[in-house]
Amino acid sequence: MYGTRLRALSIATLITLAGGFALAAFYAPEDADQGFMQKILYLHVPLAIVALCGFIFGGICAIQHLRTAEFRWDLRSYVAIHISLIFGAAVLITGSIWARASWGHWWVWDEPTLVSFLIVFLLYATYQPLRFSIEDRDKQARYASVFAITAGAFVPLNFLAVRMAQSYTHPRVFATANGGLEPHMKVAFYVCLLGMALLYVTLWKYEMAAKHTRMQLKTLRRRLGGDSAPAPRRSAQPTIESA
Amino acid sequence: MTILAASDVTLPDNSGYVVAAYLVFLVLLLIYIAIMATRLGRVERELSELNELAEKAEAAERERTAA
Repeated sequence: MYGTRLRALSIATLITLAGGFALAAFYAPEDADQGFMQKILYLHVPLAIVALCGFIFGGICAIQHLRTAEFRWDLRSYVAIHISLIFGAAVLITGSIWARASWGHWWVWDEPTLVSFLIVFLLYATYQPLRFSIEDRDKQARYASVFAITAGAFVPLNFLAVRMAQSYTHPRVFATANGGLEPHMKVAFYVCLLGMALLYVTLWKYEMAAKHTRMQLKTLRRRLGGDSAPAPRRSAQPTIESA
Repeated sequence: MTILAASDVTLPDNSGYVVAAYLVFLVLLLIYIAIMATRLGRVERELSELNELAEKAEAAERERTAA
């Protein structure tokens, strides 16, 4: 069951995330250029990294779904992308706040990092409508998996392309020369990154447990309901029937 | 990134933005967890009720067959 060890995981997430934010606030020094405002980095960048990794994880689960034709992989992929989209929305909001504070604008269109992340976000925002547009459950799961794999492959390519871009104003967190994080900042940053990764796993497990329970409920209701059981509705969510 | 070396450097007072960013994250998280907890609790309660009903129905069916 997906709900097992959820309490321990939740506690670990809470401790790590709270510890990470505390380190960011009190242990990591202030940046000379941006001052206290730079503390948004410890929230914004881990969110972005985990969101992008989540999209890739969704793609890997989709590969497994196409290989094995087991519905649970489709469900895992669906939930991974769903959580990553929420994280992505948080990245865009916190990024906009940081841009406003740092550059005086809520959004800068000629900045490759921002625009590329928005493209990835919008690409994945079409995932749910794509699923919903396909009525046949098997086809829905297969097409969604193909989409998740293609889009998942696009994420690292997109990241590399932006990384190689010559002109940018967006700061590099893991720069190899003339920049990068100071050691104290790095400690705080890595703890925050770990906390955010744990948060992602916790939410993923919560969602999986909830969806699994709901599916069991539907099956049971059908078994008990007979003719009075409601007809299955068209939905973007994977179901047991699609296995 | 260069680290603040001298204490007399004046920093822009944009701390409100930092607080706003973290608050947005926390509020989003709390809303999400509250929704999930409510839904999960309701679904699990309903599931156990249905399980009981299923067991009763199966027991009744067995009795009918035996009779």
